[in-house]
Amino acid sequence: MTTEPLLDPSEHDLHPANAQPSGFWRSKTFKRFRRNPLAITGALIVLFYILVAVFAPQLTVTQLSTFRNTCVRDLGLGFDNVHNIANPLKGVFWHAMVAPPASCFDIPRASYSSVPAPMSSKLWLGASSGGYDIYYGLVWGTRSAFYVGLLVIGFALVAGGIVGSIAGYLGGIADNILMRLVDVIFSMPSLIIAIVIVTILGQSLTNVMIAIAAVAWAPYSRILRGDIQAIKERDFVDGARALGARGPRVVLRHILPNSIGPLLVIASLDIGSIVLTAAALSFLGLGAPVGYADWGQMISFARDWIQGPPGQPFAYWFVSFWPGIVIVIFVLGWNLLGDAVRDVLDVRS
Amino acid sequence: MFTFIIRRLLFLPVVFVGVTLGIVLLMQLLSPTQRAASYVTSPQQLANVEAIIKRYHLADPWYVQYWTWLREAAKGNFGYSKVAKMPVLKAIGERFPSTVELALAALLPIVGVGIWFGTAAALNRDKLIDQVTRVMSIVGWSLPTFVLGIWLLVIFYGALNWFTPGQITGKHAIELANEIANGTFHRYTHFLTIDSLLNGRFDIFLDDLKHLVLPVITLAAVSSAQIMRVMRSSLLDALGQDYVRTARSKGLAEVVVNNKHARKNALIPVLTLSGFTIIGLLGGVVITETIFNYPGMGSFIANAATQLDYSSVLAGAVFIAIIVVLANLVVDVLYGLVDPRIRYN
Repeated sequence: MTTEPLLDPSEHDLHPANAQPSGFWRSKTFKRFRRNPLAITGALIVLFYILVAVFAPQLTVTQLSTFRNTCVRDLGLGFDNVHNIANPLKGVFWHAMVAPPASCFDIPRASYSSVPAPMSSKLWLGASSGGYDIYYGLVWGTRSAFYVGLLVIGFALVAGGIVGSIAGYLGGIADNILMRLVDVIFSMPSLIIAIVIVTILGQSLTNVMIAIAAVAWAPYSRILRGDIQAIKERDFVDGARALGARGPRVVLRHILPNSIGPLLVIASLDIGSIVLTAAALSFLGLGAPVGYADWGQMISFARDWIQGPPGQPFAYWFVSFWPGIVIVIFVLGWNLLGDAVRDVLDVRS
Repeated sequence: MFTFIIRRLLFLPVVFVGVTLGIVLLMQLLSPTQRAASYVTSPQQLANVEAIIKRYHLADPWYVQYWTWLREAAKGNFGYSKVAKMPVLKAIGERFPSTVELALAALLPIVGVGIWFGTAAALNRDKLIDQVTRVMSIVGWSLPTFVLGIWLLVIFYGALNWFTPGQITGKHAIELANEIANGTFHRYTHFLTIDSLLNGRFDIFLDDLKHLVLPVITLAAVSSAQIMRVMRSSLLDALGQDYVRTARSKGLAEVVVNNKHARKNALIPVLTLSGFTIIGLLGGVVITETIFNYPGMGSFIANAATQLDYSSVLAGAVFIAIIVVLANLVVDVLYGLVDPRIRYN
C-alpha cells in the first residue's frame, strides 16, 4: 500500500536550500498547488474529515441525548443537560472535544435485533445488525481513524528516523544490514505482515497500530538515509565536525533539521493509506472489539446483509452504502491531495 | 544480463532468511505450547505437548529453534492446520492453485485495461477518452477492495443474482467431489480451469470462470487505475522526446512512431510498477477471497488469523514471500529485455 515516493529530497522546493524567499503562502510551490482544482478538492475533503473528527461530540449530540450511552454518564451529564456538549461556553464542550472518555467510542445500540433497522428520524443513516447506529459509528469512526493514522505515522517517523539516521550516517555494514531489512519488508505485502503480527500479538486496536507501524517505518528510513548521505557531504557538516561535534550531535543538530521537512510532508500524506490498512484489518475481524466506532468494522457488518428479503433486493442498502462511501471519499481526498503535493514537490515533472 | 539474474537469485535467500527468521523471532512471543502446533502433523500428537517441546527444542534459545524450524520446513513439515484440519502444507497445496488462478486472471485486465486506456488517453490528450480515463483512474484508485467487493456483491449477487460467491456452484461442487473420489475427474494440475478443460468438462470450466468475474474486477480496479495513470503520463513524456520528433521527421507513419518509438519506451515505468502490482495483488487476495468466499491462500490466511491458527498464518506468509520474490525476478528479467540501456553491472 505504500509506494516509494519518486523524489530526490535534495531537489524539491520545500528543501531549505531551494526555499523561496517570499514565504510559503506566496511561493511558487503554493501557487502551483492553488491553481490545481483537483488538489483543492482533495484538500477540502481532507479538511472536512478533520472537522468531523474534531467536532464528533457536537455532531452526535442528538444521538447522545437519544441513546444516553455510557459516554453521557462519563462526561458527567444528566438527562436535561446533554445539549451542553454543543455549547462552547460550557466546560463539557471542550472536555468532550479534547479528551472524550473511552466509552464515547462505543457505538450506541438502538436495539439488539440482528436485522438492520432502516433510516428514520431517530436513526439518521439506519442501524446495522445488532442495532448499532451507523451515523454515530461513522462520525466517531472518523475520530478513531485519525487517532490510528496520527499515532502510527508518529511512531513510524521516529522508528524510520532512527534507522535512517544510523544507516545514512554510519554507512558500511550497519547500512547494509538495515537496508536489506527494508528490502525484505518492501518485498512482502504489508497487509500480510500486519496479519502475522496481529495474530501473534493478539487481536486489538493497539496491536493493529503496532502491526502497521512495524511496516510503515521502512520507506521513511530509506528516504532519510538518502537525504543524510547527501547532506553529510556538505561543508557545514564538516564544519560542525571540525568544531568537535560527535556523531549523534551532528545528526540531531545539523543533519536532521535540514532533511526532516520533506519527510514530514510525505509521511503526513500516508495517513490515508494507513487508515485504509487499519480498516482492512478490522474488516477481517482482527482489529477493534465489536461495537467500537471503526469504519472497517462498520462495513464488515454489511457482509451478513448482502441479500435483502425476497422481493426487496436493496432493502438493506444503507448498511453497505454509508460506511463504504465514507471510506471511498476519504481515500479519494487523500489521493487527490497527495498526488498534487507530490507533483508540486517534484521539480522534474 | 546473466550476472544480473544470478545477483537477483542471490537476493532470494536474503528474503527467505529475512522472512523466516522474522517469523521464528515473532513466534518467541508465543508460549512453547502454542508454538508446538507448527511442528506436529496431527492433532493427536499435541496430546503429549511436553514430548513435542522437547523433541523440537521449543524451550531452547531462538537460534536452536530457527535451525529446527528450517530443518522441518525443508522436510515439508509446516505443522498442523486447525482451520483446515490437515497438515498445513497439504492445505496450502490445495488452496494455492486457486489463488494463482485468481491472480493470473486479474493480471490480464490490469495490464490490458491499464495499458490500453493509458495509451488512448495520452494519444488523445484532453479529448473525451482522456477525460474518461482520468476520472476512471481517480475513482478506481480510491476504491478499497473491501468496499468495492461488498458493493459488487450487493448489486450482482444480492439484487441481480448474476454471480454467486465461492469457486463453483453447490451442484457442481458435489458432482466434482464425487467424481474426484471415484477417479473419473483427474486432477492433473490442481488448477480447476485447466483440469476441467482436460477432463472435457466445459460446464465446470464456465462455472469457474463465472465465479472469477467479481473477484477479478475487485482486485483489478485499484491496480489497473494505477497502471492507467503511469502509462498515460509516461507516454505523454515519451511523445515529447527528441527521438520521437526525429522519427516523425523521417516520415515514419504515425502508428509506427507511436507504437515502436514512443510506447515501447513508455512501457518501462509501467514494468517497474508491475512489481509493486504483484505484491499489492497478493495482499489484495486476502480481502477479496474473504469477501467472495473463494477457497484460496488469502481466505485461508484470513480465517486462520481470526481463529488463532498460528501454524497456518506463519506458513502462509512464508509461501506468499516466496511467490513475491519469484514474481519480482520475472519482472526484473522482463525489464532487462525491454530496456536495452540496462546492463546491470
